[in-house]
Amino acid sequence: MKIAIASGKGGTGKTTLSTNLASLLADKDNVVLCDLDVEEPNSGLFISGELFHQEDKHKMIPEWEKDECILCGNCQKVCNFNAVMKLGEMIMVFPELCHGCYACSELCPTKSLPMKPKKMGELKHYKLGNLEFIESRLIIGEEQAVPLIGQTIKYVDENFGESTLKLFDAPPGTSCPVIEATKDADLILLVTEPTPFGLHDLKLAVETMNELKKPYGVVINRFGIGDAKVEEYCTENDIAIVAKIPNNRKIAELYSSGKLLYNELPEVKIELEKVIGFIQRQRENL
Amino acid sequence: MAKKGEKVKILLTAKGTEWDSKMDPRFGRTEFFFIYDEETEKVETYDNRAIVNEAHGAGPKTAQKMSEFGVDVLITGNGPGGNAAAVVTQTGTKVYVGAGDMTVKEAYDAYKNGKLK
Amino acid sequence: MKEIVIISGKGGTGKTSVTASLAYLAGKSIIVADCDVDAADMHLLMKPVNDRKEDFFSGVLAEIDQDKCIKCGKCSNVCRWKAIPIVENKYVVQPLDCEGCGYCSLVCPTDAISMNEQNVGNWIISDVKTNTQMVHARLGIGAENSGKLVAKVKNEAKVLAEKSEKDFIVVDGSPGIGCPVVSSLSGANLVVLVTEPSVSGIHDVKRVYELVKKFGIKAGCIINKADINPDKVKEIHQFLETENIQLIAEIPYDENFTKAMTMGKTIVEYDPDGIGEILKNSWEKIRKI
Repeated sequence: MKIAIASGKGGTGKTTLSTNLASLLADKDNVVLCDLDVEEPNSGLFISGELFHQEDKHKMIPEWEKDECILCGNCQKVCNFNAVMKLGEMIMVFPELCHGCYACSELCPTKSLPMKPKKMGELKHYKLGNLEFIESRLIIGEEQAVPLIGQTIKYVDENFGESTLKLFDAPPGTSCPVIEATKDADLILLVTEPTPFGLHDLKLAVETMNELKKPYGVVINRFGIGDAKVEEYCTENDIAIVAKIPNNRKIAELYSSGKLLYNELPEVKIELEKVIGFIQRQRENL
Repeated sequence: MAKKGEKVKILLTAKGTEWDSKMDPRFGRTEFFFIYDEETEKVETYDNRAIVNEAHGAGPKTAQKMSEFGVDVLITGNGPGGNAAAVVTQTGTKVYVGAGDMTVKEAYDAYKNGKLK
Repeated sequence: MKEIVIISGKGGTGKTSVTASLAYLAGKSIIVADCDVDAADMHLLMKPVNDRKEDFFSGVLAEIDQDKCIKCGKCSNVCRWKAIPIVENKYVVQPLDCEGCGYCSLVCPTDAISMNEQNVGNWIISDVKTNTQMVHARLGIGAENSGKLVAKVKNEAKVLAEKSEKDFIVVDGSPGIGCPVVSSLSGANLVVLVTEPSVSGIHDVKRVYELVKKFGIKAGCIINKADINPDKVKEIHQFLETENIQLIAEIPYDENFTKAMTMGKTIVEYDPDGIGEILKNSWEKIRKI
C-alpha cells in the first residue's frame, strides 16, 4: 500500500509525521520511507541507517554530433521549450530547458542529436532494521523536480513488493511535483496547522486531491495554537481528522536537533497510533 | 574582436527606440534592440517584446536574434544569464554592463569613454 | 529602485510572516510582490482590495480531434509520458500527464492534434492596507510551476514600482531550489534568507544559498525561532561568517506570530514593542545594505 504525506503549505510537519510514523511502524513491520521532496530532502536528517545502495539518476538530453548534420534547423523548429538552437554553423542544446521529449532527436533527418544521459540527481537507499529509507536529491542548478520524483518512485516499485507499506514524503504545494509524487498513492495524509495560512493552503491541497480522486485524511499539527477554523472546515466538508498533534515547544526543540519525538513525548505517540489505526482501516477497505 | 578606433556595430538593450530612451537593464527580456552601426552611422531598432510569451529560454532566444543582426558589441545593464551568455560567447560579441540606469545616448557615451565594465 | 527577495529554502521558517512585516514597515515606499505562487499567503496579512485580475497562459496541452483521428496510435507511441492511453476505444490525452512538448502533433498523419494554450492561473494587482500595491498570483491545480508566472509577477511589480517611483520592491520568494526560485532570484539586488536553528533549516538554507551564490547576489540572514536551539544558532553563525552573509536579526520563538496571523495582522501591528521592534531594526538594516 502506498501512502503519500502532503500539504499545501510548507513547514506544517510532513517530514516530522513521515519520519516518526515510519520509525514507529518499523518497530513491528517492514516499512519503506521514501523522501520525494527532491529539492530539499530532509527526512534523512532524522533517520540514521546504513547506506545500502546509491545510484546517480539521469535525464536524457540530446547531444549534437556535427559530422552528419546538415544544419537544417528542424531540431530548433520542433522544440517547444527553446532548448535547442541553431546558431550559425552549430547546434546548441540547453540541458536545463530540455524536457526529454525526444522529438528533436527522433525527427532529425541525419540522426545528429542522439539522446545521452545527463546526471540530474542522486538516489540513496539506507536500511535500519525493518525500515528501508530512500531519498533522492536534485543537483543544484537542475530546475525540474518531476523527472527525478518519477524515477525514484520507479525504484521503489521495482525493489519492494505490493504488500509492503510504503510512505512517501511529498514536496509541499499543489503544482506538478506534488501531482507526480501523489498520483499513484492509495491514500493521502494532508498535514496542516490550525492557522489562516494552514487553512488557506489546506483548501488548495484538498482541491488537488479531489481532482486526483484520491482518498485522504487530515492531520492537524501544532494543535492548540491559532483558531478552530481548520477543524470547522474539515467537519463541514466531511473530511476525516485523523490525528491532532499538540503544540509543544519541546517538539520544536527535539525536531531542531534531528531527533524523533514519540519516545520522549507520549502524547505524540498516541496521535501517531491514531494515524496507524486509520491506515489499517483503509488497508482493509482496499 | 574590435580594436580601439575600429568602427563596430553596437546593440543596446532599451525600453524605446530613440537615443533618449531609457536603457533596459535586462538582456533576455529586453523590450527593444537599439542597434547603432558606427560605420554607416545608421540606427536600426527591433521590437523584442514578443519574448514575454516565452516561458523558458527567453535569454538564449534573444541572444540568437541578436546574432542575426551581426552585432560586435552588446551594451546592457545586468548582463546575460547562464544560457544566454553561452550563446553570446559563441557569437564572439563583446559585452559591456553597468548601463542599466542610463539613457541609450548616455550608455553609448559611457562605453566610448571606457566607463562601462 | 532596488529589488529585495526573501527566501528560505525550507517552508515554515516564517518567511511570509517576516516579509509581510517588512512590507508593513516599508509602507508606501515599496511595491509588494508575492512570488510564492504555488501557496500564496501574503494576502492573508496584507488584505488586498480592488483586484485587477488577468489570466495567465503558460505552456500548451495536446488535444485530439476525434473526428479526424484514424486511431493509428503514432501519438501514443512517441509520447514519453504515456499521456495518450486508450480510453473507451479512443485515444485521449490525459491533461495532468501531458507535458506540452508537441511531438504527438508533429507525427499525427491526419493533423488531428492541436496544441492549445493553457490558462494556468491568474496574476493580480491589488491595493493593500499599507497604502500601496501588491502584485500576486494564483497558480491552478497541478500546473507546471514554471518561472514564467513568477517572472510575470516580478515584472509587473517592477513596472509599477518604476511608474510610481518607489524605492524598493519586496518579494516573498518561493521555497525550494527549482525553477520558481531561480525566477524569484533573477534581477534581485539583495536576498534575505529567513531560517531557523534546526537541522532541516540549516540544511535547506545552505542548499538554497548555493543558488544565490551562483547568481552573485548579496545576502543577509534573519534567524527565526532563535532560542529553540543555541547550538544550532552557533552553527548558523559559522556558516554566515564563512560565506560573508550579514546577520540581520535573531527573532525568538514567539507564539505572538501565530496570534497575530490569526487576527490577520503582521507581528509588527500586534506586538510593536517586542518582536515588532526587532523587525523595525531589521528593515532599517536592510534598506541600507
